[in-house]
Amino acid sequence: MERKLEDILTRYRENEGNLISILQDLESEFGYLREDAIMWMSEQLDVPPARFYGIATFYAQFHLKPRGKNIITACCGTACHVKGSERLITSLVKELAIPEGEETSEDLKFTVEKVNCVGACSIAPVIIVNKTVHGKMTPDKLMKEMKTLKEGKREYTDYI
Amino acid sequence: MNDVSIKVCMGTGGIAAGGVEVMSTFEKALASAGIKAAVAKNCSTHKVGCRGFCARDVLVDVIIDGNKSTYQYIKPDMVERIVSEHIVNGAPVGDWLVTDDYHTFHDKQVKVVLSDCGEVDPEDIESYISRGGYDATKKVLTTMTPQETIEVIKASGLRGRGGAGFPTGTKWDMAIKAPGPVKYLICNADEGDPGAFMDRSVVEGNPHAVIEGMLIGAYAIGAPYGYVYIRAEYPLAVERLHLAIKQAKERGFLGKNILGKGLDFTIKVKLGAGAFVCGEETALIASIEGKRGQPRAKPPFPVQKGLWGKPTIINNVETLANVPYIIRKGAAWYAGMGTEKSKGTKVFALTGKILNSGLIEVPMGIPLKEVIYDIGGGIEGGKKLKAVQTGGPSGGCIPSNMSDTTLDYESLGKVGSIMGSGGMVVLDETDCMVNVAKYFLEFTKSESCGKCIPCRIGTKRLLEILTRITEGKGREGDIELLETLSSDVKTSSLCGLGQSAPNPVLSTIRYYRDEYEAHIYEKRCPAGVCKDLLSYSILEEFCKGCTACTRVCPAGAIIGEKKKPHKIIQDICIKCGACFETCKFKAIKKG
Repeated sequence: MERKLEDILTRYRENEGNLISILQDLESEFGYLREDAIMWMSEQLDVPPARFYGIATFYAQFHLKPRGKNIITACCGTACHVKGSERLITSLVKELAIPEGEETSEDLKFTVEKVNCVGACSIAPVIIVNKTVHGKMTPDKLMKEMKTLKEGKREYTDYI
Repeated sequence: MNDVSIKVCMGTGGIAAGGVEVMSTFEKALASAGIKAAVAKNCSTHKVGCRGFCARDVLVDVIIDGNKSTYQYIKPDMVERIVSEHIVNGAPVGDWLVTDDYHTFHDKQVKVVLSDCGEVDPEDIESYISRGGYDATKKVLTTMTPQETIEVIKASGLRGRGGAGFPTGTKWDMAIKAPGPVKYLICNADEGDPGAFMDRSVVEGNPHAVIEGMLIGAYAIGAPYGYVYIRAEYPLAVERLHLAIKQAKERGFLGKNILGKGLDFTIKVKLGAGAFVCGEETALIASIEGKRGQPRAKPPFPVQKGLWGKPTIINNVETLANVPYIIRKGAAWYAGMGTEKSKGTKVFALTGKILNSGLIEVPMGIPLKEVIYDIGGGIEGGKKLKAVQTGGPSGGCIPSNMSDTTLDYESLGKVGSIMGSGGMVVLDETDCMVNVAKYFLEFTKSESCGKCIPCRIGTKRLLEILTRITEGKGREGDIELLETLSSDVKTSSLCGLGQSAPNPVLSTIRYYRDEYEAHIYEKRCPAGVCKDLLSYSILEEFCKGCTACTRVCPAGAIIGEKKKPHKIIQDICIKCGACFETCKFKAIKKG
């Protein structure tokens, strides 16, 4: 892990970046912001961990808890809202057994997150399953998709 | 036959509909030896950005020796027939071509910013150059002074497309007069309004227009450094932007001594980390500096003291993408479109309960009803138009009886809405306006940065009142309370977020006071949306026992044997309405 952290630190120093860029790199490297990683960075840069924490909790992109292997993103933009995104989320949370008030299932297999708007409103409601955008989603289609996902039948491509 | 060119729509909509598979199937088919021999020397496939009509994706253009045919709803398994009948034998597949309404969709549009979107290959700078791209850069660098450039933009009447509508030329004029050699030009691509995707589509479809606009702006104001602050939620746009910047550097349009004219300009991409408030200028600057994105009081304005304390100009994506076209075709051409005070065209994201949802560009001053009925094709499912929401969480609703309203900054302001960045969400009779107001307040409450009290506490209290109204717990005097509190939050908040957050509440009370009253006094939701004021039951005489409803019910609240009338267990029912929409026999009663 130290190795990976050093890489990130080098990138940061070379590119006169800032704390947000470091956090973005940490998030993409580990999937969430690990406390030990933040502590390490804090020591190296002589920046108090509270500043990292302040930024991490301000922006929606950062997560302080581990996230699931599969990430299902539900768009909650206006168009998706009026076309029934709430119902999709209710069924996702139930189907994937996400505990109340949490985003991730206990076995760390699934994370269901809500985002403000992914800007694909013309195909609302939109659900993104592991980076693949699915438009005009219906509860029926969604349940079928979740079934294939649970059985591990589908390999998801990464072009979005 | 000499030239065959195939263009596949690969905006986000196109890709979601299967654009990648369609494109690769075409590539495979065309690569096969037999077809190559039968067809042409010059056979190419291109990915293009959003063509606007996302409802019909995947859209494919087949251009043979300059003759274009457009296909709609294309799936990979349809490719083979198109190749064999159209490309090899020259007879287009009539059944799959776009229909007349595709042309009606385009007839009333006037495309400036979107003119090359869907035509150029966003991943190839040559494609943009071949359509006149970077000509404007050459023109300003070789024949115009910075001040002359600013005068052209002033004369064109271009106003900021991010929402507030500040004249772009005036803004640049302030920047050129700001002292010091270090200035920054920031392109604001942090498109945060839910229900808006104009900027996303422009960056995905024609990133070089944005870069060229920035370049011209940088020359005009004397800024050697540029930033694009773009949402991380737009991965495809980010990828194409990076690629475009790389290509522009290679071709000498970015970097040191551009075109040998002594101009230096570099662009850095900064990813937003998901905070709506960062669309506000001073918050955006704080975020680029690596801090929490909280706004500060103005003055000093960014043009005096912006990024790293230096003079900074922030322009929206669409504003900048207009610039190259204005320089190429002249200020008079641009000012010839639109109304007296709102010049040119505006891109809107037309979504919601509309038949032809997609991305449109219309001249300023077009009546709303022409957009809804002529371009949009009317309301989905033959329902009635109720209202059009513009300006996202900072905007308001225009009720159906005011659909003569024209789309320009002034008229929209008069009816209590705003132009905003261009989100246009169409609502029909089944949408509850109290619920819509609550939706936006949920958004602004969670996106309020918390720095100033009126916004932090005010939006929370507004949301609490709206929530209790939708739950059937509204009290007498709640409407008046909402009005007073709204006006307090508007007048005392620090930045635009708080100052505009109550707009959806005020605008819905203004036009739909009766709906609020029905919720409060009659404990009834006229549109049948607010769950706590609704219940679903099954009409036994109509139920055929087909079990369709049990399958869609996410709560497992419907029981009953096959071919026998079913029943909804009220304690388990979450009132989502899935059964209501699924039942073919109208056996589910809502009320």
